[in-house]
Amino acid sequence: MVAPTLLEVKQLGCVRGDRRLFSGLDLSLAAGTYLQVTGPNGSGKTSLLRILCGLLAPAEGEINWQGENIRSLAEDYFTSVTYLGHRHNVKDELSAIENLRISNALNGIVISKERAREVLTRIGLAGRESLPARLLSEGQRRRVALARLLTSGTKLWLLDEVLTSLDKGAVALIRSLIEEHLAGGGIAIVATHQDLSVAAGSSQRLELAT
Amino acid sequence: MLRWIVWRDLTLAWRRRADILSTVFFFIIVVSLFPLGIGPETQLLRSIAPGVIWVAALLASMLSLNRLFANDLQDGTLEQLLLTPQPLFLVVLGKVLAHWIVSEIPLVLIAPLVGLQFDIPGETLLILVVSLLVGTPVLSLIGSVGAALTLGLRGGGVLISILVLPLYIPALIFGAGAVEASIIGASPAPHLYLLGAFAIVSLIFSPWATAAALRISLE
Repeated sequence: MVAPTLLEVKQLGCVRGDRRLFSGLDLSLAAGTYLQVTGPNGSGKTSLLRILCGLLAPAEGEINWQGENIRSLAEDYFTSVTYLGHRHNVKDELSAIENLRISNALNGIVISKERAREVLTRIGLAGRESLPARLLSEGQRRRVALARLLTSGTKLWLLDEVLTSLDKGAVALIRSLIEEHLAGGGIAIVATHQDLSVAAGSSQRLELAT
Repeated sequence: MLRWIVWRDLTLAWRRRADILSTVFFFIIVVSLFPLGIGPETQLLRSIAPGVIWVAALLASMLSLNRLFANDLQDGTLEQLLLTPQPLFLVVLGKVLAHWIVSEIPLVLIAPLVGLQFDIPGETLLILVVSLLVGTPVLSLIGSVGAALTLGLRGGGVLISILVLPLYIPALIFGAGAVEASIIGASPAPHLYLLGAFAIVSLIFSPWATAAALRISLE
């Protein structure tokens, strides 16, 4: 059985300032595919992920999600995508529970306090759910951001350097989350220097050069 | 959804109350400097009061504008707001509404008190409050366009004033005009209607402009 292609990238090119980061990039990702994006600093990993989630307009080429251009899908595309950037996406003044509930609610998913507590326990923040995020450590704040993966229910995950400042246990947890996600027919695109060694039905590797 | 974003920004503002207070105190101090500098000439004070209070309100709202999107940009939550599955102008509208409640409503409430220093009669104080109530949404709405355009720029605070203050001029003219009309015993209604019309026009156009500016700023 061949899984249907969900994300298709044709002849994608990216220019930042007066530098061409990459061009002529073709990708075809079916459900359950894990794609690791590697490359030296400044090779365009973050730009690629930001283009794929629609924050950045590509210089050339097109991106199709389930056969439709993401430019014409506009907001509908965002219901299928979760993008976590290398910044934390966590509000320092809000507690972990509030951060999680608000970021979900803004994406149209209202979760109860109990559900939020459950999710945060799973991500390893039991007992710290009600502390303001500014009192948490770097790694713990990263976990708060990652907790959204458990509730989002989206098909396409775009993770940019999310492993920074995470301990071994957390990295293992992320690996198992991604494996679950892939087994459920999702796609994960991860930009990272560390090898995550995810067990996936279909795994690709994209090496960006400078 | 609109409810959540307003609630989020109100909670954040409440946890940083000092920011709100600094805007209010700035307004009170600027307005109070005039009677102290000019001396107890009631006639003169009464005639400059509308302009002084309105200008102070414009300047005070400048203080809070550069925080409208800058904090969210810094911690990356602004990117997430752009990626939510609603039209971006709704997100902007929610943030602007929260900004109005947090930064402008306190000015509206405190205005009659500071107005007393200018020997403004009671009826005119009411017109002052009404004119600010109708006019301050304009400040938040047009200000959000400037805040989005100057996002992430160095010296954005000064740039935002240069960009936005000229656009506030119609609101200033009609707002202060309404209060002035009431002081000399004329009807403030025409000024207030024009101010209301200006508020509606900026309500229709500025969320779109802000949304477009945000997309450009984040590229």
